Formats: sequence, C-alpha cells, structure tokens
Amino acid sequence: MSTKDLYEIVVGLEVHAQLLTKSKLFCGDSIAFGQEPNIQVSPITLGHPGTLPKMNRRAIECAVKMGLACHCEIERYNYFARKNYFYPDLPKGYQVSQHTTPICKSGFITIKSGNSAKLIRLNRIHLEEDAGKSVHDADIHNTCVDYNRAGTPLIEIVSEPDLRSAEEVYNYLTEIRKIVRYLGVCDGNMEEGSLRCDVNISVRRKGDEKLGTKVEVKNLNSIRNARRAVETEAERLIGLIEKGETIIQQTRSFDAGNGTTFAIRDKEDADDYRYFPEPDLTPFNLEEEFIERIRREIPQLHTERISKYVNEYKLSEYDAVILTEEKSFSDYFEDLVTFARDYKASANWMAGPVKSWLNDNGNEIENFPLKPERLSALIQLVNNNKVSFTVASTKLLNALLGDASKEPLQLATELNLLQESNASAIEPIIEQVISKYADKVKEYKKGKKGLLSLFVGEVMKLSKGKADPKLTNDLLTEKLNS
Amino acid sequence: MEVNDALVDKLANLAKLKFDALEKEEIKSDLQKMIAFVEKLNELDTTGVKPLLHMTDEVNVLREDEVKGSISREAALKNAPLHDEQFFKVPKVIKK
Repeated sequence: MSTKDLYEIVVGLEVHAQLLTKSKLFCGDSIAFGQEPNIQVSPITLGHPGTLPKMNRRAIECAVKMGLACHCEIERYNYFARKNYFYPDLPKGYQVSQHTTPICKSGFITIKSGNSAKLIRLNRIHLEEDAGKSVHDADIHNTCVDYNRAGTPLIEIVSEPDLRSAEEVYNYLTEIRKIVRYLGVCDGNMEEGSLRCDVNISVRRKGDEKLGTKVEVKNLNSIRNARRAVETEAERLIGLIEKGETIIQQTRSFDAGNGTTFAIRDKEDADDYRYFPEPDLTPFNLEEEFIERIRREIPQLHTERISKYVNEYKLSEYDAVILTEEKSFSDYFEDLVTFARDYKASANWMAGPVKSWLNDNGNEIENFPLKPERLSALIQLVNNNKVSFTVASTKLLNALLGDASKEPLQLATELNLLQESNASAIEPIIEQVISKYADKVKEYKKGKKGLLSLFVGEVMKLSKGKADPKLTNDLLTEKLNS
Repeated sequence: MEVNDALVDKLANLAKLKFDALEKEEIKSDLQKMIAFVEKLNELDTTGVKPLLHMTDEVNVLREDEVKGSISREAALKNAPLHDEQFFKVPKVIKK
C-alpha cells in the first residue's frame, strides 16, 4: 500500500459555462468568438457613466433549463449583486453576479464512479457576466485589453465537495458537458473557453472527519487538464503533509506544459468583494408558467436515451454510450431506426463505418452525406444478404458517399457488388481453392479443422467479396468432409 | 465606527490607491465625518422594515436576445488614456 492510499481526495468544482445566446447578458453586443479585438463593445460593456444594463431574457431561460435538468429548485425572486474588485479586464470595477439569489439551488448530477453511479450534489447555479481578456505579451510595456468577451453571459455551476478522485472529476465534467450540449444552453467548446472550471481540492487521512485546508486551482480549460491538475495537486498536498508541513490556503494555477501547479496568491489577503445589490437592474421574478414552459422544452437527455437503447432496443451499454456521446449523432441514430428498425445493425453501422468516416474526415454527423433513409436502405441490403457487410461498409458505402443521389441497390448492381448466393456460381471457385491448397486440405482432413476459415477467406477473395459467406461455409464443409 | 490607519490602509489597498502620511490623516478625518453622518440613520428604528434594494417597483425589465448597440472600435478607444488601433492599454498587470 502506497502513502497515497492512506489519503482521501476531496474536490468541489466551480464550472463556468458560456450560454448559447447571440448577445451579452446586459446589452446587445455580439458574443461571437474569435473576432477582432474591441469590436463587440458598447458603452454599457465599457462601463461608461450614465449607461443602464438590461437583462437578456434568453440567458434566464438557459439557466432555468440547466437547473431543471439538474433537479434544482428554481428561485422565484431574483436580483443581481455587484462583486467589487479592480482588474483591468473588468471595465466597471465590479462583476454583476447573482451572489445573493442564485437562480438554481441544490440539485444533483449523476456520474459514473467505477462501476456504479454516484450523485454529486450541487450547491447552486447562478448567472453572471464574464470579464474581458488581457493580453500580456503583445506589448513589452503594457497589458493590452480586449473587451469583446466582457459581459458575456455565464452560468456558474457550483458543486458540493462530493468528488473523491481525479477520475470522478473527469466524469463529472464530461457529464456536465453532455448535459449542456443536449440542452443547447452551451456549446461546450473548451478550446474556445465556453466551458472552464476551478477546482477546490483538499486531502485528508482516510477516516478523518475534518476536511483538510483547501487549495483552489483556477481556470482549467480542458476536462483532461482538470483531471491532471487534481492528480498533481493531490500528490503535492499529500507530500506536504507527509513532510510535516502546513498547507496554506492558496489560489493556484495549472501549467499544462509541465503538468504542475503554481501559487498565484495566498488567501491571507482575503478577498473582500463588498457585495451589494445591483441598483441598475430591476429584480426579475419567475412565474410558474414560465418555468413549466422551459421544463417542456427540455429534450430527452443522453441518460434517458441510454436506458432506452439498453432496455428497449436491447443494445449493450457500451454501444448506447457511444451512440449518445453527441446529441446530433444520437439524433441521427433515432432517425435511422425509424427506417431501419434493426437496432443492433443500425448501432453497428453508426459505431463502425459511420463513426470511422467522421473521424477520418474530421467531420460532424450533420455533414454526413447519407441521410438516415438512404443508410437504412444500405443496411437492408446487408440484412437481406444482397451484399456482404464487408463490401457494403467499404466499397458500396464509399460509392454512395461519392454519389448520394443513387439508391444503394441500384449502385450495387451497377458496380457488380451484389452477393453471389447461387451455389453454382460459388462451386467452381471452391474447386479452384481446393486444388490450389491440396496439402492444406490433407491437413484439414487429418483434423486441423481451423483451416476452414483459410479456405473461406480464399473463396471470398477470389469472388471479390461477393460470395455469400454462410453459403460458402456450408458448401466448403460439405465438400471437404465428403 | 472608528476610522483608524488599518482601515484606511485596507480601503486604499482595495481601491488600488496610495496615500502619503499627510493625505492619510486628512482622509481619516473626512471618512470619520462621513461615517458619523450616515450613522445618524441608526437612530431610526427600522425593525420590521424590509431593506429597499431598488429605487423603482419595476420588475422583469428584460430585453430580447438581439445583437445591436455596439459602437465602432475607434469610438470605443477614443477616451482611453492609452491605446493603439486595437487595444486598450494599461500598465503591466503580470510580472514575468
């Protein structure tokens, strides 16, 4: 047992998700990513005197939708607070945030932990605005500031300290990413910073009641980095305790380059944000009717689809998870089975040839040239033994992807790919193979039955994949045993 | 409430301002007066009175999610003490 095993890791997460709105939280600037600096700014964003912010209705809807999907209580009476601090990327000198009345309270997210499911309790989900972006290396004397992002609507999803390993952190973030993407409240794009997280971590001896001193690792921009940060930080904290040193409450940053964390500030100069109610924004009240409308808009989530695929479609859990990884992929599958009806074959096609094509082409299912109806016709050909799966998933699929206007059967006929299920056409090939491998045939007859697959393979090859494998198998066995 | 050096230092730090000893004395006395002025309100009995958070009774003043109202970059940068064609510029905030 290593020293590490004597300790328990305790983690709580703050996840910031950028909402899928067109405009900012309190004004009409676009929130498009990757634009020229300082073109998505208005006097409100820049915090000019005399300007008045006004709340974006869609942002409220997104936050409520996320809250309902996470089983939260929805706050009926909301108002915003100012969180005061000075930093150049914060033009007003305060961030507007739902400090006192988070729009969603409690709730939970179910994650995988080992082979079982685990509930991670949420403390709150609240609305707040993002800050601008500082660029430190463009000018040697100054910091350059771009306010395009300032005022972008975010929800902050705050968990209780229920996570117990780097793996659970990874699974929790993966789960959040799936939920926001299924709901359409955030694109989940971590490279563009649409989903970021801060990790609060402490360690304690197993069995200890009291929590250890916590350290916050800020601004992790990928799920993988969050897992790595938890691993390294836990190791560092355990090392300190083992050496008899005291852990200081700190804010740290993760260097993805070398996989270490470093201190940015000690919590001794404790933050004093002097929160107070934002007087410039009116409170907003949520009516029952509004909340119920949002509830009806919630689509079937991946978790419900997984249980449908497993229980009704009799697919493996593994297949179900692959199919539901992305909502659009799962939507395609849902369409496909309305035509194909063969769940298992449809799942195999999706997880196999379709997914490979997407991977090879770095493309999304939205751009897959074959519509579900056409793909189902292809699956039908295989199920009816007209074309072998191998030929269908390679030659015929490629041909169809090149010319999506043609019916699979028509194309298979034109390309001479229809399977030979006529014994008289296969028998001559079998004769050919048997005479070519006379000595192997002897070995087979002496009992080396495993050679059968070699003969079948040869027949398939000579028939250019067109021989019906089952028929070939039967004919060969008959011939060899006669 | 007593305004002492520690309080002035704390506020100065939060406001990112610096004062010399003379200014600090002046600020201490001004602050003390301001607080005394506001503390007068404590003489009122506010038991059972809900805090007034907003100056109007309006609620749910919302806008639709539409892109509009941005100004040109040139106009945005115009009043900044330091800028180039693209960015606002401020003293370096990170030590390398």
